[in-house]
Amino acid sequence: MNTTTHAAPRSERAGRPADTPRGPARTRRRRVDLRAWGAFALLTAPMLIGLGVFKYIAIGWSFLLSLSNAQGTIALGDWVGLDNYRQLFGDAVFRGSLVKILLFTLFIVPVTFAASLGLALLVHRIRRGRAVLRTAFLIPAAVSYVAASLVWKMSLFSGMPAGIANMIGGWFGMEAVPWLQTGEPPLYWIALVTLRLWLQVGFYMVLFLAGLQAIPREVYEAAALDGATGLRLLRRITLPMLRNTSVAVLMLMFIAAFQAFDEFYNLFGGGMSGSGTAPVKTPLTYLYDTAMGAQNYGLGSAGAFVLTALIVGVTLVQGRVTGFGKSEE
Amino acid sequence: MTTVREGARALRRPARGLLAGVLMVVFLAPFYLMLRNALMDTRTLTSPEWTWWPSTMHWENFTALFSDPTLDMGRSLGNSLLIAAITAPVSTLLASAAGFALARIPVPGRGVVLGLVLATLMIPGSVTFVPTFVVVGSLGGVNTLWGIIVPGLFNPFAVLLFRNFYLQFPREIEEAGRLDGLGWLGLYRRIALPSSGAMLASLGALAFIDSWNAFLWPLVIGQDPSSWTAQIALSTFLTAQTINLPGLFAGAVVTITPLVVMFLVAQRHIVEGIAHSGLKG
Repeated sequence: MNTTTHAAPRSERAGRPADTPRGPARTRRRRVDLRAWGAFALLTAPMLIGLGVFKYIAIGWSFLLSLSNAQGTIALGDWVGLDNYRQLFGDAVFRGSLVKILLFTLFIVPVTFAASLGLALLVHRIRRGRAVLRTAFLIPAAVSYVAASLVWKMSLFSGMPAGIANMIGGWFGMEAVPWLQTGEPPLYWIALVTLRLWLQVGFYMVLFLAGLQAIPREVYEAAALDGATGLRLLRRITLPMLRNTSVAVLMLMFIAAFQAFDEFYNLFGGGMSGSGTAPVKTPLTYLYDTAMGAQNYGLGSAGAFVLTALIVGVTLVQGRVTGFGKSEE
Repeated sequence: MTTVREGARALRRPARGLLAGVLMVVFLAPFYLMLRNALMDTRTLTSPEWTWWPSTMHWENFTALFSDPTLDMGRSLGNSLLIAAITAPVSTLLASAAGFALARIPVPGRGVVLGLVLATLMIPGSVTFVPTFVVVGSLGGVNTLWGIIVPGLFNPFAVLLFRNFYLQFPREIEEAGRLDGLGWLGLYRRIALPSSGAMLASLGALAFIDSWNAFLWPLVIGQDPSSWTAQIALSTFLTAQTINLPGLFAGAVVTITPLVVMFLVAQRHIVEGIAHSGLKG
């Protein structure tokens, strides 16, 4: 987001010198400006109207709904002030969902980060079969959460002895475990985390690979002349040179983790996403149940705002801490 | 390069290759499981006895999927295909048009328009399903395909990427087009658009993937089976009471095949697209 505020003046500067020497007469320039306006309006209108309706109007309306009692209706009018927000934070299930998603995020983000960076380094350094390897790691990114949830729920982590996890456990003399139904200890997290890792790691690996390819060879050669090897090269050269990529990747990972929904819904079933044996409601599943299940659009809207504020807040803090956009050339 | 380092590298190479091989098997294993399970019968699938590959292939699991009237996988796949086939090109073209205008056409107020577009980037996509449902619902879009498609056509992120791309577009070409008598619209249509093929392909492919795999929004808006997408049909099947496991895996194979094939064919573009979209934002 900072990138663009930096970029805007650059384009202005680039735009002027080419225009000014070409307009000898004022009248001509004015007519050209009018045409430019027409073209500009025509090219941007569809996007602006779409964003206007589906973002600006939607969010404005929803904000008003969050201040009204809107059950089974999306009509405004029955104002209740901040009652929805009060009710939301008074609900232990919602507070629990916030805690859960925070824990989930704090766990999944570093793990995904390390795994995708590790894979990128591996693929980058390998000499033969690099393309095949990259494809193997990337191809899960084409799979939907629904299809992956199916394999995880019914085959990998099924409670049956024939489930892969139980079969491997059996080789080591472990008893078969109902993975998704075990909350104490929280074994269901293993299924949740490995599923997301499998689906996402390849995507972020590609981002890291792009960053690695942008590091000039000479930098490594110079460091090698100074006698740096292995981990020192990684710590002193590779990681600092990947700084911009890392910051962008971290931000994407945070935002994606906070919006987790698909795997929770599909692994634990839409109906029991809270009352079941494994207490696994995320804020989005809570919102889904509130808005779509109970048809309470006022409360659902309030939840949407709380979650948006949380994500924007975390993103801003992260941007401040890591200096997003600042270190760009 | 010193000989010592060469030696160290040579030592580590086999270990690296082994690790890569093991990881590759781990990453591909779920695909194997999906296909294996799709071709088994229920009894072998649920038996504790491990079977590497079914002795008799139950291809009828796939045909049963399409003849099951309660599931109607054929229609759901058709819906998904239609939605993705409209969303990918339209959303990419809209973003490129807006990106071009914002990058190249110097009009007063351009900064304000850019700001309005970029501000929406701050709002995380799936969080806004309640507000979007409110608007689409009031326009009568519940249980319709347009209700699934239209809100997804406006991608501020793609606008940003196209804008960055067109900012680097050489001015000389623009001047040449102008000498040929092209106006702003002509410049966009005849010169800028045709020269952004790689961007269109990669962002289009990403939009297709996103649309094909989308879950939350189609779940919210398509409550009636007639507007189910393939993902929703599969999910309903997965959370249903009676479970036909091989059929379910056959369904999963069918829903992932188009994208896996697309990934394998268009991998270079998609990788470029991913690298672009992740880094420049």
